[in-house]
Amino acid sequence: MQLFPCPFCGPRDETEFHYGGEAGNVRPDGTDVPIDRWANYLYMRGNPKGTTREIWVHMNCSEFFVMERDTVTHKVLSSTALSGEHAA
Amino acid sequence: MTRRYSALSLFREGLAGQTGWKQAWRSPEPKPSYDAIVIGGGGHGLATAYYLAKNHGIARVAVLEKGWIGGGNTGRNTTVVRSNYYYPESVELYGLAHRLYEGLSKDLNYNVMLSQRGMVNLCHSSAEMEVGARTVNAMQINGIDAELFSPDDVRRVAPIYNFAPDARFPVFGGIWQGRAGTARHDAVAWGYARAASRLGVDIIQNCEITDFIVEGGRCRGVQTTRGMIRADRIGMAVAGHSSVLAAKAGFRLPINSYALQACVSEPVKPILDTVVLSPGTGVYVSQSDKGEIVIGGGLDRIPSYAQRGNLPTLETVIAGLLEMFPIFGQLKLMRQWAGIVDVVPDSSPIIGESPLPGLFLNCGWGTGGFKAIPAGGTLLAQLLATGKHNDISRPFDLDRFATGRLIDEAAGSGIAH
Repeated sequence: MQLFPCPFCGPRDETEFHYGGEAGNVRPDGTDVPIDRWANYLYMRGNPKGTTREIWVHMNCSEFFVMERDTVTHKVLSSTALSGEHAA
Repeated sequence: MTRRYSALSLFREGLAGQTGWKQAWRSPEPKPSYDAIVIGGGGHGLATAYYLAKNHGIARVAVLEKGWIGGGNTGRNTTVVRSNYYYPESVELYGLAHRLYEGLSKDLNYNVMLSQRGMVNLCHSSAEMEVGARTVNAMQINGIDAELFSPDDVRRVAPIYNFAPDARFPVFGGIWQGRAGTARHDAVAWGYARAASRLGVDIIQNCEITDFIVEGGRCRGVQTTRGMIRADRIGMAVAGHSSVLAAKAGFRLPINSYALQACVSEPVKPILDTVVLSPGTGVYVSQSDKGEIVIGGGLDRIPSYAQRGNLPTLETVIAGLLEMFPIFGQLKLMRQWAGIVDVVPDSSPIIGESPLPGLFLNCGWGTGGFKAIPAGGTLLAQLLATGKHNDISRPFDLDRFATGRLIDEAAGSGIAH
């Protein structure tokens, strides 16, 4: 059983968290978006082996946050509250 | 000198003290160039090489495997073979694989121990039963054997299921495919390897791709830990690590990698003569020929490249298993393992040319690549040989994520993605 650090509640059981996707995947703006860009936003992922930045939600407090994590070792490198800057 | 397996060769080797068997496949040094390279020595990669040689006469082929053949997901699955899918595109694809599996032992001269013991997908409510009827209709219209099971039918094939009146997952019926079953997973890899090697394919193990050679906008070869190897046509079948190779080739894929775990119990006498899947518990189970109870469940909840799986998911799987079969509470678990699977938004594979011309994809099989090995191999071989899609692989091209023509098989894949 792994503990994940919620920036608001501290270390909690991994089952309390839900994965929300890769950080930095910004929804295209405007009405004139080429289909490749939409496909890129909707479906294409970096899916790195190693360090990655991800959006997670702590379901108990409903807060979204950014967690830096290693996908091979499962080691958590950082956990910070979601801000406009982090989402981008 | 005994190369071909038969009753006579077994008898002859028995008399000769088993001293004449030859190694099943050669282990040559890599050549500087080939007509085609297949990256990944799992089931799909080995099958691709075999069908390139057999169907298209292209035998100057190298299979490059970073570890040992069949050491990835081919050795980490639950060995189920089935084609009980919903959409016509999927039925064509998995139906092809299923038919080829039925003749595979003969084709490869290698016993893959296909055991068509049938499979039932349980329905636990009248609403699920209606969806079940719809699925059975779709399968029958598409020419796949399917039957709608009553509770009595389920009781006949799986009498040890928990049919108690207070069962948490009562049985209202099920979707039955009688031709479904299991096959020996290692034998599938070894059989393809042996048959491909006999046709001239070079199987090169401990050979990891470090980079792609791109000239004039086309993929012309690969850099490996065993030197540079050139070919104008390269296919990759590296389930779990498709994104890693795509990054080296300069593009992204619609894939998230997750661990999918499974486990087996100690071997016991025959007690379960079919494959049982419960969407309610998310668990599926069969008994191996050795007597072990083989238990599979859903994906781990965390994107991962760690081939081990986590405890909360295992607990969910075992809890679900014991709701279905309380009698299994006496069993001891012997092994647990996980493979890294390519999870795609529509739960259907990706087969086709990649954004880098000359590099072709066979990936995104998610939790169900094993059952599709003969089809994945046939179709990638055709792409490599001709550069063109077969009618069966066309709908699974990467372009569907831009056109929006997705094949959403989240239900047919059986396990929630």
